[in-house]
Amino acid sequence: MRKLTNTSKLYLTIVFVILYAPIFYLIFYSFNSGGTMHNFESFTLEHYRAVFEDSRLIIILINTVIVALLSGLIATILGTLGAIGIVSIKDSKMRNTLLSLNNILIVSPDVVIGASFLILFTMIGVKLGFASVLLSHIAFSVPIVVLMVLPKLLEMNTSLIDAAHDLGATRRDVLTRVILPYIQPGIFAGFFLALTYSLDDFAVTFFVTGNGFSTLSVEIYSMARAGISLTVNAISGIIFVVTVLIVIGYYFVTNRTKHAHETGAHE
Amino acid sequence: MRNKVSTGSLFPYFIWIVLFVIAPIALIVYYSMLDLDGNFTLDNYKAFFTPVYLKMTLTSFWYAFLITFFTLLISYPTAFFLTKTKHKHLWLMLIIIPSWINLLLKTYAFIGIFGLYGPLNAVVKVFGFEPQQILFTDFSFIFVSVYIFIPFMIIPIFNALDKLNPTLIYAARDLGASSFTTFRRVVFPLTIAGVKSGIQTTFIPALSLFMITRLIAGNQVITLGTAIEQQFLVSQNWGMGSTIAVFLIIIMFISMLLTSQKSKGGRV
Amino acid sequence: MKPLIQATIAILVICGILFFTADRLESAGSKGSTDTITVYNWGEYIDPDLIKQFTEETGIKVVYETFDSNEAMMTKIQQGGSAYDIAVPSEYMVEMMKEKDLLIPLDHSKLPNLQNIDPYYLDLPFDPSNKYTVPYFWGTVGVVFNPNLIDDHLTFDSWDDLWDPALSGKVFLVDGSREVMGMGLNSLGESLNSKDDALLRKATDKLIHLSPNIKAIIGDEITPLMINNEASVALTWSGQAADMMWENEELDYAIPKEGSNLWFDNLVIPKTAANVDGAHAFINFMLDAEVAAQNADYVGYATPNAAAMQLMDPEVVADERFYPNEELKNKLEVYENLGLEWLGKYNEYFLEFKMSIR
Repeated sequence: MRKLTNTSKLYLTIVFVILYAPIFYLIFYSFNSGGTMHNFESFTLEHYRAVFEDSRLIIILINTVIVALLSGLIATILGTLGAIGIVSIKDSKMRNTLLSLNNILIVSPDVVIGASFLILFTMIGVKLGFASVLLSHIAFSVPIVVLMVLPKLLEMNTSLIDAAHDLGATRRDVLTRVILPYIQPGIFAGFFLALTYSLDDFAVTFFVTGNGFSTLSVEIYSMARAGISLTVNAISGIIFVVTVLIVIGYYFVTNRTKHAHETGAHE
Repeated sequence: MRNKVSTGSLFPYFIWIVLFVIAPIALIVYYSMLDLDGNFTLDNYKAFFTPVYLKMTLTSFWYAFLITFFTLLISYPTAFFLTKTKHKHLWLMLIIIPSWINLLLKTYAFIGIFGLYGPLNAVVKVFGFEPQQILFTDFSFIFVSVYIFIPFMIIPIFNALDKLNPTLIYAARDLGASSFTTFRRVVFPLTIAGVKSGIQTTFIPALSLFMITRLIAGNQVITLGTAIEQQFLVSQNWGMGSTIAVFLIIIMFISMLLTSQKSKGGRV
Repeated sequence: MKPLIQATIAILVICGILFFTADRLESAGSKGSTDTITVYNWGEYIDPDLIKQFTEETGIKVVYETFDSNEAMMTKIQQGGSAYDIAVPSEYMVEMMKEKDLLIPLDHSKLPNLQNIDPYYLDLPFDPSNKYTVPYFWGTVGVVFNPNLIDDHLTFDSWDDLWDPALSGKVFLVDGSREVMGMGLNSLGESLNSKDDALLRKATDKLIHLSPNIKAIIGDEITPLMINNEASVALTWSGQAADMMWENEELDYAIPKEGSNLWFDNLVIPKTAANVDGAHAFINFMLDAEVAAQNADYVGYATPNAAAMQLMDPEVVADERFYPNEELKNKLEVYENLGLEWLGKYNEYFLEFKMSIR
């Protein structure tokens, strides 16, 4: 393919600068010896020290990550199966109804979802805490996965599947050898956006949590009245750096193994 | 026979829909027909058809439209250029990562960045202009909303562009099509499914945006999402809150119907 | 297919490791104690060292959970499903919770430190003879302003100063219907607990005249804006004003002479309590003079604890802006529970005002 022109490089740079500006702003002030996100006084690491001394905060962080990863994983499985099912429905009215139902949780404000899930859980007797939070996060992440997988399924060539069937592939083979590899980018996209939904959610988690279980978002929002402490900036800085390192590291490790198989696939 | 694969895979998804979509909707509809004392009434629906709420509906629609429009405007070229970078999947991941940092924190950062004495106005001053009031304007509200939705728009478009067969483009070029014609007649139509999915993941949640209407727009923009939030949490009027939510869902259904593709049934 | 399976396994392994780590951390924290209470409070609204001290003194482990609004907190307690032993509602919420029968009466014999509280803050209308509540922090609603950024003649001695044309596009209001409507009513010389449609109409009309002066109606985000000299005038709570003034010495705080609101955050034991004895021990601990002084120092809000005030920096306690004198205090009103119908009306009028800003 063609190389990027300088204008397009500049365009991408601007997009990335804007996306990362607030994060660098947060990290910059995490080194502020003054207590707030303005008036930088002098450099300090005390907020980072505070993170490691506060075992409650670390447990909350771990809870947040576990809920995000597990809910993302399960929602991705449910959503992918759902999307495959939806595409197979012949009746277009039925299909559109299902899709609209799918989107209800995306359009409903968090407080409505949170309140109704709370009523639901107490009615059927789910103990509030890890389980109820995990279930809710799975619930509100499923629709985004469906929306990410769907376009890949729609563009898939039906003749591929027919060919597989003609060659005597079983239903299982068709799913694992033909469909899943093809829609894989959509599945990963769905998973990563499910992570976004889970990590950002405050209102739903607030309503359905209990018995000492908390996530980082709930903690941060409830700090707003008395002032958000810079410890939170420090912990976000750590999360950010660790995530970036993991992603870059993972990318180059997998890329090297891939290159061993298919040299010269990329420019 | 081949539909059996798919219908079987629908089963867990159906359970999800029944438990976490149908049941809550039933609850919301039930609550929407209750007054403050828990008696049955349709007054909430009457109350919705007053100028205040109708105006709010229009406002929500207008801003959701603007947000979606600008998100698409910025995301499509970004996705397009990203597919041509060397480590495109890495760059794509780097688009998602900022969305994993808490939104409230990022909003506070934006308050600082947009401030009269913030870095953005420092740049404005370098160019010899007076510091501008950026916070609490339509610009800042739409800017931050677009910021939030960008990854949700870029990813599906990227996925659609990524697998685009380059020979199609070469063929079009060989046949004498200009870059623009190639894009309009070949590239764009083939990515329409991705664009649609991106529009849905932006427009639908944008209808019910709430927190940043206060933080960034200073309550100068009041959307249906804000109103629901207020009814549930401040007025403690779950009936009216649920009624607005019912209308929000109806609006979503209508906009889904308007954008749905008609014929591509029975695949896989 | 292979990358999908690899990713799934990687996620499960990471979760397993994290589970194990969290479990180790948690068991290290509790040191085998079985006696636990759960405290439900605003974030950053207690000195965390005091929680440790309480556990050391009594052997009771404290689980700390947080909420960000009174109403959301009440919904959680009403719905049940989680054992909260202590909650910290504001006074109007106390009345609502009482009405819904969500509170457990306090056993005063287990709270000897209650005598430390200034009698002025006891036996208030929202909870006669402190059957259910102990005051935790208190404060007022007033105007925080930056004298260097506005005209000298504006002192906010009267609410009407907010309407001054010199403040065009400069005023920030807090996003609360009781606070803003209350301010409108007070400025007319009426009670902020008025239940009279004609009066509310009049107050709303007066507020709509304030629209040209309004810059934004926001929440806690006003704090950074005031500190940064980006906002010059804001209607806000005294606790937040104190936070701002701590960071920006140019700022001043005034309670207009027509009167304003006096608010209380209170310690209560909700119906969800599983360890009522532990909850009493915690309340009594928080009432201790030294503990309350340390806590007031950390949080920065005004304490109702007279014995603690003796131990605090005299300059802080003598500041009449945050510990107003008797004369002014007599003009302040505590919010009464208006009932949901009237609360709804206040919100509708407030919404009308908000929509008039543009």
